[in-house]
Order: sequence, then C-alpha cells, then structure tokens
Amino acid sequence: MPVHHPVEEQLLDYAAGGAGEPAGLLVATHLALCAECRTQVRKLEAIGGALLDALPEAAPAAPAHAEALAAVLARLDEPEPAPAMPAAVDVGLDDETRRLVPAPLRAYLGASLKDLPWRHVARGLDEHELALDRPGFKTRLLRIRAGAAMPRHGHRGVESVLVLDGGFTDEIGSFVRGDVGVSDASIVHRPVADPDGDCLCLIVVEGRLRFPGLLGRAFSLFSRY
Amino acid sequence: MLGLAVPAVPLAWPRWAAGLVRRDIAAIKRVVLAASSRTEQEQPLDALIARVAQHQDRTAFAALFDHFAPRVKGYLLRLGADDGTAEELTQEVMLAVWRRAASFNPALASVGTWVFTIARNKRIDRLRRERRPEIEPDDPALAPAPAPDAEAAVDLARAGGRLRAAIALLPAEQSSLLAMAFFEDKSHRAIATELRLPLGTVKSRIRLALGRLRGVLEGA
Repeated sequence: MPVHHPVEEQLLDYAAGGAGEPAGLLVATHLALCAECRTQVRKLEAIGGALLDALPEAAPAAPAHAEALAAVLARLDEPEPAPAMPAAVDVGLDDETRRLVPAPLRAYLGASLKDLPWRHVARGLDEHELALDRPGFKTRLLRIRAGAAMPRHGHRGVESVLVLDGGFTDEIGSFVRGDVGVSDASIVHRPVADPDGDCLCLIVVEGRLRFPGLLGRAFSLFSRY
Repeated sequence: MLGLAVPAVPLAWPRWAAGLVRRDIAAIKRVVLAASSRTEQEQPLDALIARVAQHQDRTAFAALFDHFAPRVKGYLLRLGADDGTAEELTQEVMLAVWRRAASFNPALASVGTWVFTIARNKRIDRLRRERRPEIEPDDPALAPAPAPDAEAAVDLARAGGRLRAAIALLPAEQSSLLAMAFFEDKSHRAIATELRLPLGTVKSRIRLALGRLRGVLEGA
C-alpha cells in the first residue's frame, strides 16, 4: 500500500468536483492503487451529500415546481443521453501497459508504453505529454532510467508526481508505485531514480518549475518546463 | 453552543460574505431542527429509490423529485449556473436518478450522497465540459483493499443524520468555508483571497472541519 498520499485538499477537490481534469486524473490514478484514499474520498462524498441536503433550497414557487415535475415525468422514457464529453477509450494496449497503468490513465495514452512517441529531454530522462491541454497545467508521463538523477529544482507552482513503476528518492523520502509526491514553492529537490529499474511517473505541474544554476537553465530551455 | 452562534464577521470581509455566513447558518439550523426526524426519513428515501428501481413507480419518483430537485437546483445556482441552465441540468440529474435507480447500492452510500455525485458529474460534463477520470471497479491494475471488506466496513450509508447534525454543530467559520470548498469550486487559495484571510487560516479551518466530520464517520 502507498505510503505517500495526495494532500487533503487534492482529495477534497476531487470529491467536491472542483478539481480540473489533470488534477483529477492524478488523484483517480492514485485511487486505483490506494484503497485507503478510496475510503477517504467516499467519506468526503458523504460529507458532500450531507451538505447538499443542508443547502438552502431554491424555494421554488409551487406552480413552477409542479411544471418542472410534469416536464420531467413527460421525459422519463427518453434514453440516457451520451455525455457531452465522450469517455476516452483504451484499445489494443499491450499486457505490460495494462498491468502498470491503471484504467483512469490508460484511457489517455492512445498507445502502449513502448510505442508512445517519447521525447528525449536529458540524459536518462524521456517524457510524453498527454493529450490533455489545459491552460496552466502540464500533464506528462516521465521515464527516468535506473539510477539517473533529475537536476535539482524548485517550484513556482505545485508539482504532483505519481509513481507507476520503479521508484525514486529525494530529500523528502522514497517513492514507489502508488506513492504521490507533492511539491510546492517551499521545496527544492533532486529526485534520483532507484538503481533497480526504470522509474515511470505521471506528473502534473501547475505553474512552472524553477531550475537554479546554469545547468538548470539549460535543462529548463530544453524541457519546456 | 459556540458553534451555533453567528460569528462576528471581521470588518475586512466583504459585506456579502457576512450575508453568506448568516444565510448558511440559518439554513443549516433549519435542517438540523428537522434532523432528528430526518434520520427516519432516510429509510423512506431508500424505499422510494427501490420502488423506482423495481416497479418504475412514478409516485415514488415524484416524491424523490420533491425532495431533491430544489436542492440540486440550489447547488447548481450556487456554482454559478444561470436559472435556465440550472433548471435544465436539474431535470437531467433527476432523469438520471430515474434511469439509474437500479444501480443505487444502499450499502455503499446514502441516497443524498448518490444524488450529489450524479449532480457533480453532470455539472463537470455539461458546464465545465471536461471528463472526470474515475476508477474502474474491474480494472486488473486496481489494488485491492488489504482486508476484503475494509472499504465497505465503514457504513457511510447510515451516517447521514449524524453527519448533518455534526455539520450544524461546526463553528460557522468552519462550515461556511467547507460549503465554499464544495459548492463554489474554489481552491483554498481562491477562498483565502476572496475572504482576505491568510491561506494558512483557510487550510486549518477546513482541516479542522473535515477532522471532526471524519470522526463522526469513523464511528459509522
């Protein structure tokens, strides 16, 4: 079971519905790997249900309410409409991908892990940007070769990393499959992939990372962070 | 009793915020006064859903509509939908309640929680036009709960009445922030900016509120 979880605000935003799609994707993928947080989200949803019950009613005038009920009763036999945003589908993914990548994220891949158009960013580091273009967010898969180190960097926004395979260690701790590391402006770290295998991560960045030093600036230039 | 007192609103708060807090508290108090009888009401809501699921009972559906439609509409209005859109989406939510009644599982959630999740997801789909990533129960990559029934062990379905009572007993400064987090789509930071409170204060008040409510649910 994972040791490092999303911060409470991330679970709350997900349960309340305020989380945008990138943040929701990270939380949902973690939930697939963490029964404990699944229970937490169910509790938060129960709180949402109780709050809904406690909401001031929109106090409908009696005729308007009767009219609305009549309108709905007249439509009961209509079939369920397709969602406005059709669900993403995952088809033809290989076994390794299905084993490593939980369903919520699988739907955004479009191809098996080995067939993705990985972009080489730096020595030991490849990335693939997910088709999830939201202003202010970067949503990517990272593949860090066993033992490779990321440059030391800080954060202007909030960076959330979910480990899917392998692991990495930084100044905060060690992160393996299912673990989520959340870094904000107060954190400067230098993640190093564990030596026993490649590390595969989902990373959602809100805002930009900040790389100190010349090497960092060059890295920043290449990686578009 | 501190929890039920209307707080002195700091001068720095915008005037409408004072109104918001008083409105919420008044509404929550009303609900709680009825809360003792509401505990029994939960059974009827369950029973109404069952009648819809098994017999397509339109009378039972009308009773569910009376209970939930005004609340769902209030929820959507509060999230910024205009009246026409809120009305239309409320109809969609209630139609989904009718169509999906058979999938409601009373062991997992209360009817209110189930309706809340339907309304939440409809809003994300139709108003924000985004997908909502969710787990798939039969996903081979899904990590099982350590004990087979650990996830189901917490009986959230029966906790509705106690939860509502606990919400009403929260200090107003906590319950209003919780309501903003759930019903106004605002990050902690946005809430802090709007109310001109330090971010740390917003975070700690919401954390305190969630801690208390979770305490109620642990015993569930």
